[in-house]
This record gives sequence, structure tokens and C-alpha cells, in this order.
Amino acid sequence: MPDSTFRFVIDGQSIETSGEETILEIAKKNSIAIPHLCFKEGYKPDGNCRSCMVEIRGERVLAPACCRFPIDGMDVTTSSQRVRLNQHLVLELLEADLGGKVLEKEERPSELKLWMKHLKITKNRFPLREHSADAIDTTNPAIKVDLNQCIKCTRCLRACRDAQANDVIGLAERGSSTKIIFDIHDQLGDSSCVTCGECVQACPTDALTSKTNHEQIKPKKTVNSVCPYCGVGCLLSFNIFENKITSVTGQNGPSNESRLCVKGRYGFDYIHHKDRLTRPLVRLADAQKTSDLIDQRDILNYFRETSWEEALDIAAKGFSQIKEEFGPRALAGLGSAKGSNEEAYLFQKLIRTGFGTNNVDHCTRLCHASSVAAMLEILGSAAVSNQVSDVLKTEVAIVIGAKPTVNHPVAATFMKNAAKNGTKIVVIDPYRSELTRHAEYFFQLTPDTDVALLNSLMHVIIEEKLYDIEFINKRTIDFEKLRKCVKSYSPKKVAPICGVTAEEIEAVARLYANAKNAMIFWGMGISQHVHGTDNARCLISLALLCGQIGRSGTGIHPLRGQNNVQGASDSGLIPMVYPNYLAVNDKTNQNRFEHLWNVSLDPEPGLTVTEMTQSALNKKIRGMYIMGENPAMSDPDLNHARTAFSQLDHLVVQDIFFTETAGFADVIFPASAFPEKTGSFTNTDRRIQIGRQALSPPGNAKQDIWIIENLARKLGLNWNYANVQEIFNELRVANDSISGISWENLNKQNSITYPYNADEHKSESVLFQHNFPTPSGKARFIPANYTKADELPCESFPYILITGRQLEHWHTGSMTSRARVLSTLEPDPVISLNPADIKELGLREDETVIIESRRGRISSTIRADSRIQPQTVFMAFCYRDAAINLLTNSAMDPIGKIPEFKFCAVQVRPEG
Amino acid sequence: MNRDRQAPSKRRGRRTDLTVRKEIKDLVSPDPNRRDLLIEYLHIIQDKYGCIDSKQIGALANLMKLSMSEVFEVATFYHHFIVVQDRTMDTPKKSIKICDSITCDLFGSEQLIEAIKGKNAHKDLSIQRVSCVGRCDRAPVAVYVQNTIEHASVEKINKAIESNAVAPDQPKCFSFQEYGNANGYSIYKECLDGSRSVEEIIKNLSKSNLRGLGGAGFPTAKKWEIVRQQPAPRVLVVNIDEGEPGTFKDRFFLEKDPHRFLEGMLIAAWAISAETCYIYLRDEYAGCRLALQHEIDLLVKSNTFFVPKIELRRGAGAYICGEESALLESLEGKRGMPRHRPPYIAEKGLFGRPTLAHNMETLYWIREIIEKSPDWFASQGRKGKKGLRSYSVSGRVRNPGVYIAPAGTTAKELIDNYCGGMLEGHTFYGYFPGGASGGILPASKADLPLDFDTLESTGCFIGSAAIIVLSSNDQATDSALNAMRFFARESCGQCTPCRVGTNKAVQLMSSENWEIGVLENLATVMEDSSICGLGQAASNPLRSVLKYFKREIRDAR
Repeated sequence: MPDSTFRFVIDGQSIETSGEETILEIAKKNSIAIPHLCFKEGYKPDGNCRSCMVEIRGERVLAPACCRFPIDGMDVTTSSQRVRLNQHLVLELLEADLGGKVLEKEERPSELKLWMKHLKITKNRFPLREHSADAIDTTNPAIKVDLNQCIKCTRCLRACRDAQANDVIGLAERGSSTKIIFDIHDQLGDSSCVTCGECVQACPTDALTSKTNHEQIKPKKTVNSVCPYCGVGCLLSFNIFENKITSVTGQNGPSNESRLCVKGRYGFDYIHHKDRLTRPLVRLADAQKTSDLIDQRDILNYFRETSWEEALDIAAKGFSQIKEEFGPRALAGLGSAKGSNEEAYLFQKLIRTGFGTNNVDHCTRLCHASSVAAMLEILGSAAVSNQVSDVLKTEVAIVIGAKPTVNHPVAATFMKNAAKNGTKIVVIDPYRSELTRHAEYFFQLTPDTDVALLNSLMHVIIEEKLYDIEFINKRTIDFEKLRKCVKSYSPKKVAPICGVTAEEIEAVARLYANAKNAMIFWGMGISQHVHGTDNARCLISLALLCGQIGRSGTGIHPLRGQNNVQGASDSGLIPMVYPNYLAVNDKTNQNRFEHLWNVSLDPEPGLTVTEMTQSALNKKIRGMYIMGENPAMSDPDLNHARTAFSQLDHLVVQDIFFTETAGFADVIFPASAFPEKTGSFTNTDRRIQIGRQALSPPGNAKQDIWIIENLARKLGLNWNYANVQEIFNELRVANDSISGISWENLNKQNSITYPYNADEHKSESVLFQHNFPTPSGKARFIPANYTKADELPCESFPYILITGRQLEHWHTGSMTSRARVLSTLEPDPVISLNPADIKELGLREDETVIIESRRGRISSTIRADSRIQPQTVFMAFCYRDAAINLLTNSAMDPIGKIPEFKFCAVQVRPEG
Repeated sequence: MNRDRQAPSKRRGRRTDLTVRKEIKDLVSPDPNRRDLLIEYLHIIQDKYGCIDSKQIGALANLMKLSMSEVFEVATFYHHFIVVQDRTMDTPKKSIKICDSITCDLFGSEQLIEAIKGKNAHKDLSIQRVSCVGRCDRAPVAVYVQNTIEHASVEKINKAIESNAVAPDQPKCFSFQEYGNANGYSIYKECLDGSRSVEEIIKNLSKSNLRGLGGAGFPTAKKWEIVRQQPAPRVLVVNIDEGEPGTFKDRFFLEKDPHRFLEGMLIAAWAISAETCYIYLRDEYAGCRLALQHEIDLLVKSNTFFVPKIELRRGAGAYICGEESALLESLEGKRGMPRHRPPYIAEKGLFGRPTLAHNMETLYWIREIIEKSPDWFASQGRKGKKGLRSYSVSGRVRNPGVYIAPAGTTAKELIDNYCGGMLEGHTFYGYFPGGASGGILPASKADLPLDFDTLESTGCFIGSAAIIVLSSNDQATDSALNAMRFFARESCGQCTPCRVGTNKAVQLMSSENWEIGVLENLATVMEDSSICGLGQAASNPLRSVLKYFKREIRDAR
């Protein structure tokens, strides 16, 4: 920061400045209007449009206010005759280049039009450019391109290249032929564009517009909120017209800097879909439950619509009867990481105090349970040590078992920005994702060999004495155990196992260990294995070994999946712990919560997601309450899981759509979608942010908090919360790490990182700076040996199946398959195979194939994707008609209890 | 074109063609860490295939870890790259380029282009109009692939096509051996062995009044001092992107005595402790490039004294890259779009490093100034001017060519005393004193001394000292329109006043009646608000017509 200021003059007015802002920025602050078009806040100024030219005394030519910084004593004129002539001419030239008639346009108010009005430009004296039909491109389902309206300001290019780092947009040719292009002058719909819409948000004219019809309507109100999709937690605003979202705008949040991805920007219309549940449903007495799915169109053959009163009665009665007959542990609840902190807190409180059991879990189990287990046992905390944006401050970033460009797209933009800025990225994954283009090293790892590779990296670091002995001595225990364990993992030995060269292993080991600071990001490629905990242990050990944790730009970050995985876990939606990870089998904790909730609690840890399914099969669990989760799609080995749900005596499902799981329900509560309620959400960065209600739920659907509370009352609990704030305040009492954050403050700031010190108004963005939250204050190395997946390929099932997600679809697809743009971009199930395998199997690209494991089979269209390794198959689990989880293996990590979604053996064969 | 659904089997975006990828890898073996060599790689592909197709662009992008658009936008910026979507039977494999700039226009390039277009229906031949190729003394000029055809005619061009004469003529220059024998590189060696100090050299340059001869005339010694003050690492850039219509002096020196400028370059590099010297040579000078590369190789291999790293780079048909900051962008492998100042390239230039950029001719004189004394050089001028100037004279004179004459020589003197007078049947009418961007002066102003700072009152400037002489058979308006067309074609397209302004000016100037008020406004915005010198000077010929040749035009009002 500058320690001195100086004065300069704009239009005779003396202004004090530090010299860090441009003339344009200072003028704006002082209400001096200078036309500008190519400048956009948050982007690097480019100074190409020349509409912001000002006169600086003593200079031969005019200067662009957007690029020039004042210096001491500078004398600037923004509206002399000379300046006005130039500004006027520039706008006139631009208008002529667009074919004129800009003032007559009825469409959204373009910035060019606004400034023309400002300068009172009414006629154009230049020859007008003729419009060309070739300049219009409507091939993308969300974005309309009309380059007749383009002023070549390159805001879209900077959006695509500097902000989102997708690098699709270019500026081709030169002179008056200069034009915006996509890839190699391709149609937008054929290009590699990921439809993030940043360019549309950036365009100051009508060259790039949203195709959604609603876009043209001027919103009546805008509501600042958070994106409902992934853990990145992008701030946005919903633009509302007559209780409908017409469009979404990215807001300048700390985790997104106004950026959004295709889901966040164009995936909002699911909430207005005709399939929304709008009335409570109860199962008809004669509607048999089988393991088959029920089609949406047949709902009324199985269910009848009813009042909330009756639905709540039936739901509560069912639970009470089971509790009476089989005891509280015959009941279980599945909460949701899509819900707010307040919902998660109330839900687990209901299960623990109303049902009287700790059988409460949520989908974190299926995502990062093993990461959480490893972090808790080694570091004493499962929170990310550093925020994603710290990647901009680091020298080396390892991204392993993750496809952030697909699953955390906006987080990936920061990684790509960092790479462009000199950070060396190391990508380790069986899949060659888009991020690899920005990587210094890419290990296309043989699936399932992470432990071997990571141990080998540590082997090199120990052999070459590159480790941080001071850190190890001061901050860790059991280093000798690690040394002993990794001794046998020489690069030479490990290289052929992992499909990497020994030299590369050595190079990356040195790169990471020698870096001044370094970060590790990982995703579910690490966690979703039977040895997922071991994978995570190795990563944490690697960081500890090199002292690469606990400093700015230096740490570890498991990329959280759902928008509120962190918050749902923090709020106690876990069978072994109360809010803030307080173990349920610890007497002190039990007393604390018995006191807070005024009931006696079960000291036994409850069942996890996958254990619940298993217990339903053998009738140990007889009643379940499932809120906002869809295990009949997301569980592994679905035939098995669906049979289990069909055998429940009593199932209550609370959701916004008739999900696959809802088909097995006795009672279905129509719930609220994200924009229909207010609540706090905690993103992957430990930032608590506010989702604000933008519209009301449709029909008779209710906000989830209302539903939980009313069910609780029917179960005999005396709950009476006045509003969300009151629940948040109770949560602050339950969870010490957020106790300093007030609702008012949260509303004011929109985003607050915890741990938060209320007295100093300060957040701790970097954890573990001085010690670890373990009893000794030190971290404990827990070495792990390389073991193999539960089910290996064999002659009958020669391919490895890897499951995951696609950019355009969320989780089980219940939301995204009902969003027009997203389902148009990726409408049908696809199974991706390496072109070489397709050839070897004698198949064609667009052919339908059957893919089968020991547990189930599906058929799907093939997509050739050379980024996938041969002998592996990839499929997303979002397609109802080809639910890949029918094939997956339910074998679990013994510690994290997470199923092995990332590896099982399958065969691929032509249909028929 | 509105599509409802994505075909499920399709992955969005082009996929890299693995066969083409291998071809490109074998041909170019691009280093993914050398983005700055992108233009060199594109040249290699173009040289081999005659054009560059989209698969090759995709493959090159893939190999260089760039996005497709990043390669495509660079390839399409430079006119020497012929970028096609798909390679088909009809794809041109060879090109015939015909210069249509001012001097060639005077000598019938339009008729030549029409004739060639009509006669040559070769499918595999692309016929391109190009801007000045730097041989205005032999106008009109055509280039078949890399073979320059001077005083071009349909017959000469056809002969070249028929005999497949595609290679450039390699000039026979004063060789490394010969230069060394003539006491060459001894000043540089004295610098290296400590018998000459940097301060002494700079003092001498200052005394000699040597100024930047690319056109801007910035004092050389001062430039060195500024760059020296900047933190290392520093780089040296030599600008041989001579492209101002009418200018061919750099080629003249390059063909004769390249080591003289190389010695100047080494002295400058030594003075600022530059790590690397980049020489940016316009691609139109293909023959010079072969000769220069050969001589540089001899120099580097001779191993008798220290030579820093020298990289000789090819331009690719873009006048704007003569602008120093655009040149740096091009050296970095990007579109040649000028940068904003501040920061000046002396502080933040190539790859963000302090950069000393010189026109080749400026470096050419250093040896002689040190050898013969700065006073000798300074005393060469006339009418109060100092030094020598290399005037490229073309147009309606009897003996066009490069003439080294005292600074301050007048147009009349050049025509009469150096060029043997006007061509038979031509009467002196007017002249461009500094190429297309220097404006046009009437014959009545033929007695003005031609040097930096002497023509300001006329709205003109000497720039690179390219004198194009017009006769009473010519119209100044025609030449002004030709110049404006040149600027419109060569505009990088970055800023509105230049990109749109030059284009609109061409349209308005093509009209029978001129909208004088509008044109005057337009000239003002181009001068005041363009980013670089191209746009700022593009209106000079237009201004000159409005000022000195008004009788040729009719006001629309």
C-alpha cells in the first residue's frame, strides 16, 4: 500500500489520490461522467475503444482515462471542446460500424446507446456498415451471437481468456476485418465453449446476448444470493419478474469475483419446471412397493394428493409406531448437503431428539468421508487449511483425483489464472482434463495407484533429504513410521505400476518439496476408493513432510462437492458427531447437547448412509426420513439399494421433484427449491454465505424448515422457531467455531470465513498456522501401504469403470435434467471410451453399447474421448434411464465408510 | 442453424487430428515453453504446405499447450499466412503477391493485377495484393512465393511461374571474412577488452547527434542511457521491419554490408549488457534473411570474441510490426498490436524486460562515428542540420534509389543532383517527404531542408526519409487515397479511430465529392485518439490534400 498521496486536477477540481487508481476510476468516484465501453470493472483495462479520451496538459495527444494513472500535479480535462469532439466521433464511428440506428434499438439498454444519449449524438455522418447474415450464430442453446453488433472492445475475450481462462474466444484478422472468433472460426455451438456466459455478462452491446426469452424483460427486482450447485459458493443475484427468475448475474463474491459456470448462470429454470411437487402425497393403500422405479407420469396410480395436516400426521404416526415397536434405532434420517446450515441442524436435531437415535447422515459419506476421516485423525480437523484463491499465491499446486474444470468450474478458473501467472500446476489423474493444458506436469495415472505414487514422491523427498526437518520436529510425530513405510517405494519400482516415468516422479517430488509454498487440491478420485482414507493420509503426509501447510498459499484443500457439504457436516449431519464434530460417545459432549436440547440422547454412534441401506435390507432399519437426497440414484449397487428402500415399512421423502427415491415413499413432502428460502451455506473455503429468498414456493409446497418443524411437533417436540435467524443463533450455541458470527453481520457482509474472531472482526483464512487441533497440538503421520481396489478387471469384466459427473449435470440430474439449457447441451446418457478401445471392440462412435458388471447393466450411446485411458470407461451418474450406479461396487473404505465409486470391473459389448 | 439438442456421441470442440499432430511435431517440433516462437512455427508450416489449415492449427495449438483461438488469431493477423479451413484440391499452394502501394501504383500495379487475375486461372495460385515490399526503385514489383520480380510484367511473372522460380535472390554482401579484413569488429573488440568504456561510446554518440533513423528520430545516446538505468535482464531489439511505403534503405544496407550493423548491434548490446539480441526482419526480404542468417552463423561460430545470443526472427507481412511495441508483441509470438504507453519499452519491453530497440540503420552508423569521430558525422549536415541521411527516392525520377546525402538536403536537390532529374515527360508536381505517413508536399515546397523537425509547420514529417516524387501526370488525391487504403489494410484493428476511421476515410475519399467537414473531424480524432503512430499519422496525406491540393477535390456541400 502506498504511504503517500498527492493531488492532481480534473476539470479544475483538485483531487487527492494514492496514484493506484486510474483517471476513469477516480472520475467515477467524483461523479464525473466519462464515456467508456471497453473498460469493465474487474477486468484488465485495454484502452481500445477510445471513448474515454481526456486531455492532459502538456501532452501532444489525448489519453485514455481507463488506462492512465494520475501523477503529481497532472491537469486533466474531461469535457473540453477537443475532448468532446473526440469522444463524440469515436461513438459515431462505432455506431456507423454497427450499421447505425443504435438509438432506435428496443432491446436491452446497451452501454453504447447510453453513452450516445449522454453525449446527445442524434445523427451519424459516416457511411454505415451493411449487416451480414453470416455474422449471426444461434448454434449455442444459451447464447446468441450477432457480430454485426460487435464493437471489438474485447471484453468478451478478456472474460473468456483472462477471467474464466477458457480461451475459446479470440480476436482474428486485422484492420476493419478484425473479428471475434471461437476456436478456429467455428460456430459457437460447435466450438469448445463451455457456455459459462461470462462473455454475455461482459458484452456492452447486443453482440452476445442470452437466448432465454426472459432476458429481454427488465427484472422487477434482483435478490443477492448464492449459487445452489457446487461447493465453490459463487455469489450471484437472481433477477425476478412476476415470481419467476428471468436471469442470473454473477456477483463479486470472494470465491467467484463475479464469475459463474454454465450451471449457475443457465441452470436456474428447473425451479419453474412443470414437474415440481406442489402438494403433499401419500401412498395409496394398495400401491405395492417393488424395487422398480415409478415413472413421473404414473404418480397418481401410486399416490394421492392430500393436505399438509394429513401428510404430517401419517408421516409422524409411521415413525412413532416403529419407534414404539422396534426402538429408536430402527429409524434413520438422511439429510442433505444441498440444504442450509439451519436445515441441516434442525434435521439432525429432529433425528436425535425426536427419533432418539444417531442414525443420521448425508451424502458427504459418498463424497469425502475418507478425506474427513484422514484429516481428523492426522490433523484433528477436517476443514480445508487454505481457500481456493490461495492458489494465486502459491508456487506449485498439485491437483489430484479431481476435474475442477468440470466439477468446480469457477474454482478451476483461479487455478488457470494462477498457471497463466506462473504457478506450476501438477495434475495427477487417470483423465486428461482441460486443466492439463495449463499444467507443468501431467501424470495420467493408472487408476487406483495413488498410494504407490504418493509414497514414491515421499520416498524421493526423504532419500534426497528435501523434507522440512524443522517442521517435522516441531509440528509432527511418528515421522520414523513414515520413513520406514515409504522406503520400499522407489520411483523405479513404482513407475510401471502408476504408468509414469521414474524421472517424472523425481522431478515432481523435487518441485513440490523445493517450492517456497505449495498447495494440494484433491477431489473424489482420491476419496471414493476402498482405500480412500489411505489416499488422503498420503496426501496429508506429503504436505507435512515438506512443511507445506499452515502458511499463506501453502496448504491442503479437498474440493467439496455440494454447495453445503462443509456446513451440513459442521452442523452435525453425521452419525458419530454432534455439531462441530463433537463425538456422540463422549460423555461431556452428550451432556452439553442434552442440556442444550433438553432431552436425553443416545450415546451410541449411528449408522452411515450405506449402512442404513444394508440395515433396511435386513430389517434393522424400518423407517426413514429422507430430505433432499436421492439414494435410489446415488447409492452404489442400485439394484440392491432400491430393493432395500422398497422393504422399508415407512419412508418419508421431502423433495422438490418426484425423485427415483420418492417412488418408494409412503409420504412425500413437496419442499422448497433453493431460491425459495433463506439460509446460510458454508462453501468449500469455510465461507458462510447467505442464500436469500427470491420467490415463494409453488402451489402448496413449503419451505423445508417449516416442514421439519411441523413434523417435529407432530413427534411431540415443542419447537417454535420464529425465523431462520433464531435457528442460526441456536446453531451458534451448538457450534463454537461460528459463535462469533452474527446474523446481522453475515447479512451485511454476504460472506464470512470461519474461524471468526468477533472481538477483532477477523477471520482465519489459513488454518494450522501455529499448531494442530489435536491433543498434543502436533500432527501425526499415518503411513499407508499400496493396496488394490476391491474388484479388479478380469477376463469376463476387462474394463475399469470410473464414475463421476459432467459439467452440465448436477449429481443425480433431478435439477439439471429439468433445466433447458443444460439438458439441451447434454440431453442423453453417454458412456465415454478411448477411441482405440472403440476401434478394438469393432464399434462406432454413435453406437449403443451394453455395459455390465457383476451387479447390473445399462445401455448407452458411446462417445469417443481420447482423454480417457484405454481399458477404462467413464460415465456420469446423472441419467435415470442409464443409471450407472446399477453397476458400481458397494465395497467400502473401512474407516470412511465410503463406497468405491471410482473403480469396478465391467464388460462393454454391442447391443443385441 | 438453431439446434435443439447436442448429439450425444459428440464431444464439443474440435479434436486434435493425431496424424496431423505427428506431422507437425516432426516438422516443427515446437517447444511448448516457447510461445514466442509461434510465428516461426507458422512460417515453417506455410513454407512447406503453401498454406495453413485448421487441422494444423489445432495440432500446433495442442503441441504448444495453447488454445486453438490463440493460434488462429495470430495466424490470421499476418497477411503472409494463408489460413484455410480445409485443404482441398483448390487450396492454393503458391502465391503471387503484387505490391499496390504508392510507387507501384504510379507504375501500373492495378493494370498488372487485373492482367494477372485474368490470365492466370491456376487453381493452386493465390493472387494477393500486398503492401510495399521495399523495392520501390524497381516498381512495379511482384513476388512469386519468395522470388521478387522487379519491373514486373505479365510476361516476367508467367516466366517465373513456368520455370518454378520460387527462391529468393540471395544478395552477395560484404562477408564476415571481408568485413573482418577491413578492420571490422575492432571497435567492438576494444569495447570488450576494456580499452573503450560505455561512457565514452555514449558520449561520442551524443556528440555525433545520431538519432533513431526508423523515423522517430529519438537521440540514440539518450536511449542507451535510459535503458542502462533499468534493472537487468535487458534485451536489445533490432527493427528491420522496414515497411513504410517508399522506404528501402535498410534493405540497401543489408544487401551490401550487414556486418556493419551487426557490429553496431554488438556494441549496443555490450553497452546495456543485453542478454539476447533479437533481430526482427520483414519477411519480404527473404533473400536478405538467408544471407544475414549465414553471416550471423559465421559470426557466432568464429568464436574469436564474445557474441551474445542472437535470434533472427521473421516478420509475416504486417506493416504495423515496424512500430516498436507491436514488434515486441510479434517477437513474443502474438498479434502485432501496439502497446499503450506508459510504460515505455525502455522500462518494460520484450517479455516485460527493459528493452533497447533500434532501427537497423541507426546501428549501422555507429562504427563509422566512433572510427571517424563524432564530429565528422555531425559535420555532414547542411542548413544547420547534422549527420547523414539515407534517402530512398522513388516515383517519377530518372534514377530512383537510395542516396546517402547530408541531412537537410532538399527534395529539389535530391531530384536534380542525385536522381538525374525527372523522368522523361514528367513535371515535378509534389512529393511524399516521409513515405505514406509523412504527408504530401507540393512542388512549391521543394526547397525545404529534409530532416527531423524541419517540416512540422507543413503538417508533414520526414520519418524514414522515403521521398516519393509525383508528377503533373499524377493526382495527389489518388496517392492520398492509396495511402489511406494502405493504412486501412495495415491497421492492427485495435482502436476505433484507426480501425473504423481509416475504413470510413477510404469510403469518403473514394467519393467524387468530399465531405470536407466530416473528413477534417475524422482526421482530428485519428490524430488525437489513436493508440499508435500508424493511426495518428494515417490522416497526414488527407490533411495535405486539404491543405495543398484542394483544387483537385470538390466539397460535397
